[in-house]
Order: sequence, then C-alpha cells, then structure tokens
Amino acid sequence: MLKKLTRSIREYRKDALLTPLFVLLEVILECLIPFTIARLVNQIKAGSAFPMLARYGVILLLMAGGSLLFGALSGVFCANASCGLARNLREDLYRRVQDFDFENIDRFSPASLVTRMTTDVGNVQMAFMMALRIAVRSPLTFLFSIIMAYVMGGALALMFVVVVPLLGFGLFFIARRAMPMFKRVFPKYDRLNSAIQENIKGIRVVKSFVREEYEKEKFGDASEDIRRDFTRAERIVAFVSPLMQFCLYIDMVIVLFFGSYLIISSTGSAMDVGEFSAMLTYGFQILASLMMLSMVYVMITMSEESGRRIVEVLDETPALTSPDNPVTVVPDGSVVFEGVSFKYSARAERDALSGIDLRIASGETVGILGGTGASKTTLVQLIPRLYDVSEGAVLVGGVDVRRYDLHALRNQVAMVLQKNLLFSGTIRDNLRWGDPNATDEQMQHACRLAHADEFIRALPQGYDTYVEQGGSNLSGGQKQRLCIARALLKQPRVLILDDSTSAVDTRTDAGIRRAFRETLPHTTKIIIAQRVSSVMDADKIVVMDGGHIAAVGTHAELLERSDIYREIYTSQNRGGVAHAC
Amino acid sequence: MPADKHPHGRRPRAKPGTLKRLIKTLFTFYPRLMPLVIVGIVVSAVVSAIPALFMQKIIAVIEKWYAAGNWAAARAEIVPHILRLVVFYLLSITSAVGYTQLMAYITQGFLHKMRRRMFDGMQSLPVKYFDTNNHGDIMSHYTNDIDTLRQLVSQSLPQLIISGIVISTSFVIMLYFSIWLALVVASGVVGIVLVVRKIGGSSASYFMRQQKAMGQTEGFVEEMMNGQRVIKVFCREEAGTADFARINNELFAHSRNAHKFANMLMPILYNIGNVLYVLVAMTGGLLLLSGADNFSLSGLPFSISIVVPFLNMTKQFTGNISQVSNQLNSVIMGLAGADRVFELMDQTPETDEGYVTLVHAHIAPDGTVTESPERTGKWAWKHPHQDGTLTYTPVRGDVRLFDVDFAYDEGKTVLHDVTLYAEPGQKVAFVGATGAGKTTITNLLNRFYDIADGKIRYDGININKIRKADLRHCLGIVLQDTNLFTGTVMENIRYGNLDATDEACMEAARLAGAHDFITRLPDGYQTRLQGGGTSLSQGQRQLIAIARAAVADPPVMILDEATSSIDTRTEEIVQRGMDALMHGRTVFVIAHRLSTVKNADVIMVLSQGRIIERGNHDKLMAEKGTYYQLYTGAFELE
Repeated sequence: MLKKLTRSIREYRKDALLTPLFVLLEVILECLIPFTIARLVNQIKAGSAFPMLARYGVILLLMAGGSLLFGALSGVFCANASCGLARNLREDLYRRVQDFDFENIDRFSPASLVTRMTTDVGNVQMAFMMALRIAVRSPLTFLFSIIMAYVMGGALALMFVVVVPLLGFGLFFIARRAMPMFKRVFPKYDRLNSAIQENIKGIRVVKSFVREEYEKEKFGDASEDIRRDFTRAERIVAFVSPLMQFCLYIDMVIVLFFGSYLIISSTGSAMDVGEFSAMLTYGFQILASLMMLSMVYVMITMSEESGRRIVEVLDETPALTSPDNPVTVVPDGSVVFEGVSFKYSARAERDALSGIDLRIASGETVGILGGTGASKTTLVQLIPRLYDVSEGAVLVGGVDVRRYDLHALRNQVAMVLQKNLLFSGTIRDNLRWGDPNATDEQMQHACRLAHADEFIRALPQGYDTYVEQGGSNLSGGQKQRLCIARALLKQPRVLILDDSTSAVDTRTDAGIRRAFRETLPHTTKIIIAQRVSSVMDADKIVVMDGGHIAAVGTHAELLERSDIYREIYTSQNRGGVAHAC
Repeated sequence: MPADKHPHGRRPRAKPGTLKRLIKTLFTFYPRLMPLVIVGIVVSAVVSAIPALFMQKIIAVIEKWYAAGNWAAARAEIVPHILRLVVFYLLSITSAVGYTQLMAYITQGFLHKMRRRMFDGMQSLPVKYFDTNNHGDIMSHYTNDIDTLRQLVSQSLPQLIISGIVISTSFVIMLYFSIWLALVVASGVVGIVLVVRKIGGSSASYFMRQQKAMGQTEGFVEEMMNGQRVIKVFCREEAGTADFARINNELFAHSRNAHKFANMLMPILYNIGNVLYVLVAMTGGLLLLSGADNFSLSGLPFSISIVVPFLNMTKQFTGNISQVSNQLNSVIMGLAGADRVFELMDQTPETDEGYVTLVHAHIAPDGTVTESPERTGKWAWKHPHQDGTLTYTPVRGDVRLFDVDFAYDEGKTVLHDVTLYAEPGQKVAFVGATGAGKTTITNLLNRFYDIADGKIRYDGININKIRKADLRHCLGIVLQDTNLFTGTVMENIRYGNLDATDEACMEAARLAGAHDFITRLPDGYQTRLQGGGTSLSQGQRQLIAIARAAVADPPVMILDEATSSIDTRTEEIVQRGMDALMHGRTVFVIAHRLSTVKNADVIMVLSQGRIIERGNHDKLMAEKGTYYQLYTGAFELE
C-alpha cells in the first residue's frame, strides 16, 4: 500500500528526500546548542574575560542561525513534498476514475469517491508530512540527545535514561488501547452524519408525520453513543500529557540530586553547573521526541484506513478497454445481438439478460417496451459497450463491439441516459459536450430537432443561460430535450433514448419522433419508453419481460400476438381517449 | 455550484463575543466540573513554573560547598529542597491527571450537547430554512464546525490558559531574580510577536484560501463523480481531466503556501528562543564580570545560582509563547466554527400559536362529541373559546381555501385568490405547468409556509388556530422525493405511525401494492435500507412511501407526484391500492400523468398561481379549454 501511495510523489521526490536531510542538519545543530551553552555557562561561572564569552556568543548565534535556516528549509521542502503528493494523488484518482467502465462505477458511490479524493487524501497528506519531518526528527533528536547527555554527564545520562522505557511503554500502551476505540467510533460518525443528512433532506416528511420528537430521540441516542465511546478513548489519550510530565519530573529530581552529588564530589571535574542545566534540556528533548513519535504512530495508523481507501480506487482496473489494433470506423448503424446473455457480476445468480437475438437494420426506428425490471436499459447499454456481454456478441455496423476503439464506438453510438444530467455551465457549454466544435447553427438545428430551441430562445439569456448543477433551474421536460439535443450533436449512427421523453408531453414527444424520422433517416433510433404512444409508429417494437425478449413486431402485429403488449396498451388507453394524437 | 456558497468557502472570522459565549455555554453545561477543571489547570501550570526557585536554591548550595567538596554537608541541605520539590510535583501530576480526565469527559459531553441543541433546534425550524439553505452547508455545522470546536475546547483553550499562567508566573519569577535579565527577555518577546504576526498572518490567510480552493475542488469532483456515466457516454474524460488539473493546481498552490509558512514558524520561533537564550547568557556573564549590582524583587545578589535557573526559565518562557502561537490557527478556525454553530442555534424556530388540539372522542348517535381519555378510533378538535367554553368538532377532513394569496419572497406572489372546497371523501386534483403553484398549495395546507392573505379552514376551523403538530397529524403526505430513512423496510413503514403493529404495517404495504416486491427482497420486511433506499428502484421507493402514509391513516392526504416513477403497468396494480387508500379520505393529487387525475371529483387547472378551470373530467373535456388541450395533447405542459 505504502509503495502504491509513494509512487505518486513523482516530481516531488527531490523535496521528499531533501526534507529529512535538512531535518538531520537542524537536529544536529539543535543538539549541539545546549552543549555549547553549557560551555558558555561554565566560562561565566569561571569568570572568564569578555572576548572569550563573545566567542561563544558568536558561535551560538551562528548555530541558531543555521538551525533556523535548516529548519525553515526543511519546512518548505516538506510543504512542497506533502502538498505535491496530495495533488498527484488527487490527479491519479481522478484519472483512474475517468478510466472506469460502468461496472467499476457501479461499485463506488459518487459520495465515497468524493470523500476519497478530499478527506482521505487530506489524511494521507498530513500523515506524510508528519512522517517526513517528525518521524525523522524524533528518533534523531532522541539519539543525539542521549549521545550528548552521555558525553556531558556520563553515568548521570544513563540514570535518567531509565525513564525512557517507562514513557515508551506508557505511550505504547495508551496508543494500543485507544486506537481500536477510535477506529470503532469513525463508522459511528458516518452513521450519525448520514442520519443528519436524511433528516435535512426529508424534513418535509419529518414535519408532516410530526416526528420531530422521534427524530430528536434517534439523533440523541446516536450522538450519545459516540460521546460514550469517544470519551472512553479520549480519557485514555488524556493520560499522555501527565505521563510525560511525570517522566520529566523524575528526570529533574535525578539530575538535581545526583548532579549536585557529581559536581560537589568531583569538585566540578566530572560535571559542572553548566552541564547541570544542559542535562535538563536533553532530558526534556528525549522525552518530547518520544512523545512526538507516539503521536506520529497514532496519526499514521489512523490514516492507514484512508490510504487503503485510496489504493482501493487506484487498484481498480477497468475490464473494458480498447483492443489492440482497434477498428476506428463504424461503417453503418446496424445493430445485431447474437445469442446474448448478460450478468452484472460473475457471482449474480440470475442472468439479467438471456437468449437475446435481435437484428436491427441501419436507419430503423425500434421501440422497446416492458415493465420495471425487464432489463430494457441493460439491453441497450451493451450497444455502446458500457458493459461486456457474458455470452454471445453484440455487433454494430457488422463488427463486434469489442473490436472497436471505445471512443470511436461511443462517438457513433449516442445514448441519452435514463438519469439525465446536465452540468453547471451555460446551455451552450452543455450542448458542446456532444461536439466541442459545434457552430451556433448546428446547435440550433439540433435543438430544433429536439424541440428545445423554442424554450431556449424564450429564456432571458437564450443559449447563454447558466444551467445550475444537475440542471435544477430547468424543468424535467426541458432537461430531457436538452439532453437529446446534446446527443444529436454527435451526429451518431445509432441514437439510443432510454426513457428520455417521460417528462415531455405526448404532442412534443410525437414531434421529436417525426423530426427524427424526417431528418435522420440513416440514423438507427432505439427508443425505450413507458408510453405505448411513444413507440407505436416504430418500424419494430421489442417487448421485454424478465430479461427475455417476449415479442418483436409492429404495433399491429403485437396487438394481435402479444398478451403483454395488449395489456400495456389497454391499461394506458382505458376510457377510450388515446394518448397519441 | 458557485464556490462561495460552499461550506468551505466562508472566511473563518468570528464575531466578537463568541469566545465569551462559548465559555459561558461550557460553564452552564458543567457548572460544577468547569471550576474544578480551571483549578486543576491553574495548579498544574503554576507548579510547573516553580521548580526554578528550587533550582536556584540548590545551585546556591552547590556553590557554597563546591570548593570544599563536602557532599555530606551539601546533601543535608539539598535533600529537604528536593523533598519539597517532589511534593510540588506530586501535586502537579495529580491535578494534571484530574483536569485532563475531566476535560476529556467534558469535551465529548460538550460536543454531544451542542450537537443535540443544534439538532433539537433544527427540528423546530420552519421548512423555509431548509428550502433556502444549501443542505451541504447545514450538514457542515455538524461535521466541520463541531470538529473545530473539539480542537478548540479540548486542546487550544486549556493550552492558552496554561501558557498564559506559565508565561506570567515565569515572568514574575524572572523579575524576582533579576529585572535586567527580565528586560532582555521582554525585548525578545516583542520580536516573537512581530514574527508571529507576519508569518502567522500569511499562513492564516493562505489557510483560508486553501479552504476555499478545497470547497471548489470538492464541488467540481462531486459534480463530475455524479456525472461519470454521462462523461463516459460522451467520451469527455480528457476535457474534464484538464479542468480538474487547473482546479487541483490552484488548491496545491494555496495549500503549499499555507503549510510552508506554518512549517517555518516553529523553527523560527524556536531559534529566536535560542538567540534570546544566548543574549541572556551574555548579559548575565557581563553583569557577573562587571560585578554590577543586581536589581531584582528578591534583592538576591547576582551570582551563577541566579543565571542558570534564569536561563532555564527563558527556555520555558519562549517555549510557551511558541505554544500559544501554534494554537493561533486552531483558535481562529475554532471560533469561526463556534460562530456558525451558534448561528444555527439562534435561528428563529417555527412559531405555533395554535390552541385547537386533537383529542380522542366518543361520538354519540345524536352527534354530540365528548372527549375520551383513551383511544376510540375517533378524533375531534377541542376548541377553547375566549369566553371559557369548549367546543368539540369531529375530525372529518373538510378543507376549504378562501381567497388565498401567497409569496415565497416578498413581492413575487405565486398564488392569487385561490378558493377551493374539498369535502370529506372528495378527490381534488391539481394540474398545471411547473411553477404554476400546485406544490405551493400543499405547502400551505400543512403550514410549511403561512399564507399572506385569505383563509384556510380545516373542518371549519382556521388552520392558524390549530396546533401545528395536530394539524399535520390530520394531513398525510406522499412526495415525489420519497426520503426513506436508514433502517429496515418495516421501520420505514412504521414511521407513519409508531404504534402500528407489524401486521398493520404489512396490511398498509399490501394496500399500496408494495407487499409483493418487499417479500421478494433478501430479508423481506427486515431488509435494511441504506442511503435513502438506493438499492431499490425509484418506483419501489414510492410504493414504500405510500405504505408509510397509509399506516398513518390520516383523514386528508396529499399525493404530490407520488406515482410519477411507477411504470404504467405497475401503476395499474398500485391504482387499486391507491383507490382503497383514498376511500373515505379527502385527497389532493398532483400528477403529471393525466390518467392519474382523471377520476378526481374535481380537477383544478392552475396557471401562474391562478385557478383557470375547475370541474370534473367530463365537464372540463366538454368545456374544451386548457385541460382539453392538455388531455388531447394539443397543448404542451411545461
């Protein structure tokens, strides 16, 4: 996992390597400073002349300057490396998701992908930053401080090193106990948040059923649950700072007592007053570095989950890729299904589609009807190769879709999805999704075919009207017609409308179909609909039921032959007045 | 979504008084524990500054016996000092353990109580609040803002108090030792403050920009991840990636600068501390050499036993100042978070002056209504009058609107002069274009919004006089957005009536035509729904929502595009259930499909907030007006 994540460092490798180097230099100076100060103090105590003091003073100032410089540089390089890693990770994730096929997309919810690209990357960034500086710095400080303390205080240094295991053990124990508790709390947090989200979104339901008290109780319980668990974890962590103080105090007592003994019994030869206070500084540095180390340990372990979630996306490989030596030209708009069966996952018990044989000639209009769960959408998604068949083959223009370059195929097979989606930007921007180089005339033409031109012109800013995210400032019917126009701009050989006119009234619906028939005679049109009126005049109507093709034929043929078709037809036309005009 | 609407986009700057209110809230939540915590913090902080005094005494002893090298004599003097020191230390540790434990308890309790207060307050806010505020933004009160409070309360505030005390105690002790040296330290403090203002300020301003860029990135990614299928179908992967790279680079630039300055701050402060240390040592040395008189609160003569502990104090002093400046970012963010939390709590709740209440009732054959203490299956409105008398009106489900005007925003009237009568058991349908005001009427019935002019009466009582909760009990509602909750299917149906038995819930599901598909789910009625039921189709969700309303059994129901996503074949099945559900109730139906509204007793055609046609299907068809055109497809419904 670590390898996978660090691979994204790329151009910041230099910064990532320089950071510990400068940290090392900074730590060395930092540890030499108390040593030199001890010398200075001894000189003062001995009553040395001013030039001598000044020399030490200048050396110390230089050291402080160096330590400052190295410290600041390591800080800058560290910022570059960690923010750079975060940037590259975000970019890698984004690119990876762009390579996803529909099967991959099904596996990750959009919300979870967003969290991975923001919160999780943020956590990894923080952990990396700590690892680069503190995880390098703490052991170094620890090591150098012990060495320097030994150089200066000899046996005394060893005496106060005895607290190190005490602190180390204590910290380790605390981290071990607290971590699983924290890990347990986080999913509870997710649950609490989703409960709030549901409440906010469903406030009308809450209020109309007068469930405010019930919701409060539910929320209170969830929040209390978190409070209890979190308090337990935090109370364990709260021992860190008193423990640290305790060890520091032991050091102080040891230094004060045995230090005085050493100084007096050796009359300053084994140790002097200058070393006395330096020993305390080293003692403090040793303990502080241990504490930082334990913090890093906790941080890194906590971000492990984030790292795992990121790698999960990076490791996700799309099964659908363009073949070697792909076909790049779609000769015509004919579509053939040859003995196709399909499952959404290898483990699925039931086939979503089975035994599908269907021939659609180029330029034909084909309607697809069927109840909820009849796999209508599944069927058409195989044409632009959004999924691969489990058995059999789908041919477009006489060529197996698996032999096409994916982009070439999808540019020629335009599909208007059931879940229409527009993006924030102007109407013009949204239309250009179909063809980035479309001229105004082309856009207007496409919009006229989709019966969208009229309402767009009626908008105050016309084609420059800003569409909010998801098209929330347009009505359902308007969105659907824009989506159709967007697809038309691709000038595809096959056009698939997946229940794309459900919010458009019957007359406009008929008008769109008429326009298709008249102006796009060579484009194959495949229309999934709930209304019989939308497909009644098609060259061929396919009736789907439970993943099978129940019947194929024209309206008149099916009325005669297919019970399902007749049932749908009569249910929609009860009362004698037909929907269609 | 414009970036400035995003939760991260705000500038983290708190109103004055927020800190005071925060602390006051802490004390009101924990009136006995908070003073204890403060005592603990103060004791622990003061004690940690005191050892310097002992050190001074011990070094003086060393100096005294240094030349003689008499350890035995020195020990006799040193041991009592050390014992006293140990006592202080024990006191310090005890109080530290005490206050950190209390603080861990208090912090989490405080956050829990704040969350609850916010949530409880939020439940009483008018629907308008939810309609006019970005949901992501409301959410972030519970996530981002509460998180910043955690940091602030558990770490920054205690740290600020401790550092403040240590700094002032140390400074007093410094003055006690030597005023000259203390002045050198004070000059260093000025330098530190200047550096913090400069570098810390830059860092803070970049952090704010980083937050904003983060919001932009999140907004972009959210939109693109949701539209991933469309991107694939249109082969737009490259174009989107280029846009993302631009936004990502901007985020990188700001966050790098923010961290750069933040990372630089510590080594700079630390080494200013070192320089200060050297300056104090040099000054001390010079003073010792020159034999100048000490000038101090203690009047102690100048000696090495003053210089050494003084140097340690300098270290502690600058260390604590660095600590304070380190907390600065989190304090600024924390107060901004607190500000937003208080803002949500301070929202004006929905008002309710209703005094007519809903009671169980006995209805005698002669029509007299008496209140019953227990469930009778019959309900009545209890209406107290100004003269002290009480009247009881049986709940029938008679809804009348008289000349209702309404505007969401001042000046932009969306309903004009709407008058309509719905008698008990009638089905009233609304037909009209998006924005014609159909949904608005239903918003007014259950008082999600209050009317500007006119009157709405429920069973002859002005709805403004009815307690909101009771009014809403008598109005069921099924919306196009189903809003199911995380939990089992059974729990979701029972949401309509918490007292309903399993059998009653299943009966309701049968009525709604949902029973069949529910039993085919992996765990039947016990199947857990996640994320609003994403594993179900929209049509299935709507069926559950209908069952939920059925189990509530209200006399009046509003169906707002409740069956829009159910395919016509299934709708046939549902229709039978719906007919059963509607039987004996007053029902308001809003539907796009005219087949759904055809059999209504009266159909209202709305246009731009006015009722332009009314009557049953046959009458409207005969009139050959807008409805006729809509029905025959001669007119576009948009």
